[in-house]
Amino acid sequence: MLNHSARAIRDGVASGQFSAVEVCRAFLARIEATNPSLNAFTLIAAERAIATAEAVDRRRAAGDPLGSLAGVPVAIKDNLCVKGMRTTAASRILENYVPPYDATVVERLEAAGAVIVGKTNCDEFAMGSSNENSAFGPVSNPWALDRTPGGSSGGSAAAVAACCTPLALGSDTGGSIRQPAAFCGVVGLKPTYGRVSRYGLLAFASSLDQIGPMTRSAADAALALSVFAGPDRADATSAREAVPDFAKAMTGTVAGLRIGVPRTFVNDGVNEHVRQVWDRALETLRGAGATLVDVELPHAKYATPVYYLVASAEASSNLARYDGVRYGYRTADANIGVKEMYCRTRDEGFGAEVKRRIMLGTYVLSAGYYDAFYLKAQQVRTLLRRDYDSAFERVDVVAMPTSPMPAFRLGEKTADPLQMYLGDIFTVSANLAGLPAISIPCGFVEQAGNPARLPVGLQLTGRMFDEATLLRAADTYERITDWHTQSPQL
Amino acid sequence: MIASTIIMSSALTIADVERVAALAHLDLTADEKALFTRQLDGILQYAQQLQTIDTSGVPATAHVHAHQESEREDETRASLPLADAVSNAPDANHEAGLFRVPRVIGG
Repeated sequence: MLNHSARAIRDGVASGQFSAVEVCRAFLARIEATNPSLNAFTLIAAERAIATAEAVDRRRAAGDPLGSLAGVPVAIKDNLCVKGMRTTAASRILENYVPPYDATVVERLEAAGAVIVGKTNCDEFAMGSSNENSAFGPVSNPWALDRTPGGSSGGSAAAVAACCTPLALGSDTGGSIRQPAAFCGVVGLKPTYGRVSRYGLLAFASSLDQIGPMTRSAADAALALSVFAGPDRADATSAREAVPDFAKAMTGTVAGLRIGVPRTFVNDGVNEHVRQVWDRALETLRGAGATLVDVELPHAKYATPVYYLVASAEASSNLARYDGVRYGYRTADANIGVKEMYCRTRDEGFGAEVKRRIMLGTYVLSAGYYDAFYLKAQQVRTLLRRDYDSAFERVDVVAMPTSPMPAFRLGEKTADPLQMYLGDIFTVSANLAGLPAISIPCGFVEQAGNPARLPVGLQLTGRMFDEATLLRAADTYERITDWHTQSPQL
Repeated sequence: MIASTIIMSSALTIADVERVAALAHLDLTADEKALFTRQLDGILQYAQQLQTIDTSGVPATAHVHAHQESEREDETRASLPLADAVSNAPDANHEAGLFRVPRVIGG
């Protein structure tokens, strides 16, 4: 049962092949068995999950309608609020925070019958690309325990790869769904900005953050997205665009699909082994009837500095709310003034990467530097959007590797933040342009020694609100390859 | 452009980091100040490459759906109950529904 898709579990629960409680117990046992080595979960909500599953079984017994995720175990990244369930953003500053409300995505998942089994580890406030910036310690990659699962949604990616759940939620500000999906060999979809409500997501960079599904197939990603996409009165930036029937859009063909390939940009920064795997994936899609078209994205090479200036500026503002007054950690120092209390609380409560980004963001927003850094970055952001606009006049999707390298070793890049940032080069531009993008397993980098192979992700970026085309292409690719069905030996 | 010329020719100093830390309400340790001075200087030097791009007349993107209509009908809805609002406070008077903070005036 552990390698069943979300859809197969839903169907099995609906038909009475197995009960939601049986499903829940099986996955909880898997989580308990793997968490000591993976550290993918910050909280396992066994009792609550069983109670939710029992309620699903009661509905079925009573003949009540079941939701489209009835009995499906789901893991929630620990920066998304679940009412009554500790939510920390993997930060000491929120170590005991228990949200008094649900994120909209959580509310919609539960309304569809999903069973929340726990919260997944991540980089603190989703700031990181390796899951090493967590107050709960790093997560291990299920394919190689001494390597990073990627970040920031590393726990969600590892959980899905290790069959702890068929579905996990992640959030993606600069690649935090797609890069860990690539490193762990699963599917990760960052929807169009505004497609999914951000209400209840602990904010990092409000103009970039999106919540999305992490699964082992494009079909499950489509199923999950159709449950929680759509406008929400609690998020003024959620878009009013109608949500299409994503499952219906997956016709199993890419005949006539025009795939833009920014070769110059990719070749400049990619690991040679990853490039070869990516090239083969493109050839496979061409063999299935797609057309490969060379495109230029002249400003894509500047996306990393633009992203780190914009995201850090927004983060410095968003994280100003953590001051030791309304929630979270407060310094133990007594007999100090209020301002000193703020400053000590924040220095003690935030980890190094979060402080670094607050500092960077505060600097680029401060008098004398705003125009040279923040405004300049926003202008280049416009140029980058125009690059995509002109590419999409000629193609339907743009293909890149998700990450320039396979999963790297834990500790390999922690001493040099800039080196860590440079690894985000292929993912950040979709956030800056607000476009949907998906990462799907497309092969392995083979190597001598242990581990023998590490997963590689193919990233497809689409037009605004055109997740349907991404899912169709991903699903078609999955029908003619078996990369997405391969699981790590744990 | 004047600001950027100045930045390009000067490295970030400990004094800069202290000024920014004060703005950001971070009581950094001496080690953190030294580390961030070096690391932020490296990141900012790297970001200098943006200065080579001609952006004259290019509007800034603050938000990709800036044009979006986000007004809605004004409806009265229940807000978070007071007890819930203070439930996570590190120091609160739960009966009165108040957050407690260190003395602000004369403290």
